[in-house]
Amino acid sequence: MKPAFNDPVFGAQETFRALMDAMARPGRLQRCDTLPDLPEALAPAAAAALLALADAETPVWTDATGEAREWIAFHTGAPLVAEAGKAQFLLATGAMPRLSTLDPGTDETPQDSATLILQLEALNEDAGWRLTGPGIEHEHRLAASGLPENFAAQWAANRKGFPCGVDLVLCAGARLAALPRTTLIEEAR
Amino acid sequence: MNAITPRNAPENAYNFAYLDEATKRMIRRAILKAIAIPGHQIPFGAREMPLPYGWGTGGIQVTAAILGPRDVLKVIDQGADDTTNAVSIRRFFARVANVQTTTRTGEATIIQTRHRIPERPLTEGQVMVFQVPMPEPLFRLEPRLAETRRLHALGDYSLAQVKLYEDIAKQGESGSSYNHPVMVGGRYLMSPSPIPGFDNPKLHNSPALMLFGAGREKKIYAVPPYTTVESLDFEDHPFRPVRAPQRCSACGSATSYLDEIIADDKGGRIFVCSDTDHCAETQGL
Repeated sequence: MKPAFNDPVFGAQETFRALMDAMARPGRLQRCDTLPDLPEALAPAAAAALLALADAETPVWTDATGEAREWIAFHTGAPLVAEAGKAQFLLATGAMPRLSTLDPGTDETPQDSATLILQLEALNEDAGWRLTGPGIEHEHRLAASGLPENFAAQWAANRKGFPCGVDLVLCAGARLAALPRTTLIEEAR
Repeated sequence: MNAITPRNAPENAYNFAYLDEATKRMIRRAILKAIAIPGHQIPFGAREMPLPYGWGTGGIQVTAAILGPRDVLKVIDQGADDTTNAVSIRRFFARVANVQTTTRTGEATIIQTRHRIPERPLTEGQVMVFQVPMPEPLFRLEPRLAETRRLHALGDYSLAQVKLYEDIAKQGESGSSYNHPVMVGGRYLMSPSPIPGFDNPKLHNSPALMLFGAGREKKIYAVPPYTTVESLDFEDHPFRPVRAPQRCSACGSATSYLDEIIADDKGGRIFVCSDTDHCAETQGL
């Protein structure tokens, strides 16, 4: 079994601050390299984000199998659920589950919605989408590769349900950016 | 005889920043959702802290959940760094987290505050943590929490608008000089905590992240950076931040928020900056 954070307190804190900054400034890349030694199927930022947030109180869904799945189950202690719609946190290492199948919360309790952590091929600033919304002064740019073709339509539908909706954490290697449900994505022309 | 521990010595019997890791995770999850839904109150399992409710237990728990060894912490109470509440919270974190503390607004990465926002403009690298006694902006108008939750879900804030209308009709102006409710991101009515109306405009499109913690009421909410925050008002009665028309008698500032201090028993009074760090900086101290 590969290890978790070298230091459970400061590893989790450093990871959370990267997540908090990412969520507060959507599309801006954060670096999160708190897990140097991982099962092959997991990337550092995505695994750290899940490990910092999930525990026995949060049902987790993941498409990871074998060693990676065991690592998640052991180190987070979270119950792994088979149905994506029942999970509070999701870690997708392959294809993204459809956003409309995930828990969006309710109008009175929109905070109960799912957080989807996506492990992507690459993330880059200064190119790609134009992002606007809370947390963004003028606009942020973000290019993410490895998303489904109809992602923009799925995201627009997710955003329409505000205050309900799913929040996204995009990860590639040790890089991480977040898309809270409030962020408006415009495809670059 | 036990040796007496110096009052400022680092405390090693507790986890870093006092709270256990499971509690921090729970608070961190609430903070992330709070940022994703600006102005929406999120319930959390507030713990008992080694100080009474009403002394900033909500703010302390938020600070403890985000604080790291590289942070520089500033704590203010009504703008002042040297009042009991501010001093004891600063000392608490110096002991349980061995974290660097400061009174300089410009040096701080986390500023925990009771009822003020510093005069010096905040920056992107800073996080404000507000201590909130009553997070529900509708609570004097609708005592049932189940009902206020529904009103927030529906975005029905007519009660607050009627209250403001009645204030203006009766006394010509809003009845709240502090804790004046704000609309966040055009969707949620939010209590800015009991900051003076003077500070409300500083919440609007701030470069800094604003986190709010209410310990007794067990709620966390947030205003992300660069988010619209509008004080509740009417087109023909726009919101007006109020400031005493005097100058600070210590630094001479004509723009900072002032406290009125009774100077003697003959009715004499002076006005001084509420933000002690700003006042000292203006005086070049």
